[in-house]
Amino acid sequence: MNTLAATSTSTGEAVQFWVLGTVAVLGGLGTVLMRRAVHSALCLAATMIILAMFYLANGAYFLGVVQIVVYTGAVMMLFLFVLMLVGVSAADSLKETLKGQRWLALGCALGLGILLIAGIGQASVGSFTGLGAANAEGNVPALATLLFTKYVVAFEVVGALLTVAAVGATLLTHRERIEKTKSQREQAEERVRGGKQLPPLPAPGVYARHNAVDRPGLLPDGTPAAISVSSTLRERGQIREVSTEQMASLAALEQRTAEYHGQPTTPQGPTAEAEGDSAPEPEEAAK
Amino acid sequence: MSPINYVYLAALLFTIGASGVLVRRNAIVVFMSIELMLNAANLTLVAFSRMHGNLDGQVMAFFVMVVAAAEVVVGLAIIVMLYRSRHSASVDDASLMKL
Repeated sequence: MNTLAATSTSTGEAVQFWVLGTVAVLGGLGTVLMRRAVHSALCLAATMIILAMFYLANGAYFLGVVQIVVYTGAVMMLFLFVLMLVGVSAADSLKETLKGQRWLALGCALGLGILLIAGIGQASVGSFTGLGAANAEGNVPALATLLFTKYVVAFEVVGALLTVAAVGATLLTHRERIEKTKSQREQAEERVRGGKQLPPLPAPGVYARHNAVDRPGLLPDGTPAAISVSSTLRERGQIREVSTEQMASLAALEQRTAEYHGQPTTPQGPTAEAEGDSAPEPEEAAK
Repeated sequence: MSPINYVYLAALLFTIGASGVLVRRNAIVVFMSIELMLNAANLTLVAFSRMHGNLDGQVMAFFVMVVAAAEVVVGLAIIVMLYRSRHSASVDDASLMKL
């Protein structure tokens, strides 16, 4: 790296490039292909950390550190915060609104990729200079010299841009309360007028064994009451189906009682017991 | 290995990001794909800076990072506002010019 004109990098850097480059591409693919936005964010964070390594390998020591601090530290955390605000039903729907859009987009992306890579392939790069001379008195002082002499106007403008962005974001997310909040009495009256659920919502869970919050309570006829599960879990489709399992364990209980009393057993006993605790998971995102 | 390989990698990442912008409909994931494209552009700038032996490329990458940070702040604020008015972060739902 410190030679003035080299034709190839060190073997260590080549190994680093091929190993980390593969992971970076996988991370990028994961960002695009993962269905849940949180998984996409994690893949993107991995890619960004690897890019920071590449910056360090390329002699951009300041940028490498800034990449980790600003991107994986600040920007990705901001993304995760917004995902927590917004992402209750953050899984993408797989339904295509435009017909054939996915294939068309894939074709366009492929074309762009071929265009870019063929374009780079056209360039003949025999040797490269390396940053040995430019980084001689340290990367940060050299960058600072450039930033505060040649690019000082751009630097000032970027500072103004950041201020404007901060004010703009505050303005956008600020919400003026126009109408006054409803009192408890008004809410109760509204519920009566709308004919909605009047008494408190039923509690989740049935029997001592299944009192988890993602199990709906059972109505007297044995059907699960979806309203007893938190609306967040309902929107994510994380309700665990309970009715068939419940029926099975009830049958098992009856059979054991019958055996205890020495009565003839019913034939559905063993199959019901074999059901066990394996709850059938419902569809990941109920659409 | 020549440093031009970094540029190839950046082109690949840029393409992946572009396809993400076209394919995904969750506004936040679209935004993340844009971040991926910006990062790929930064990698190109840094690699070229090394190949040419001067630091202008790194200064430009630095400016790209600052502008990207500003863009993320405003963009996420817009997404939060959209979510408040439409209760969804899907870009398909924001099909009208008014809120």
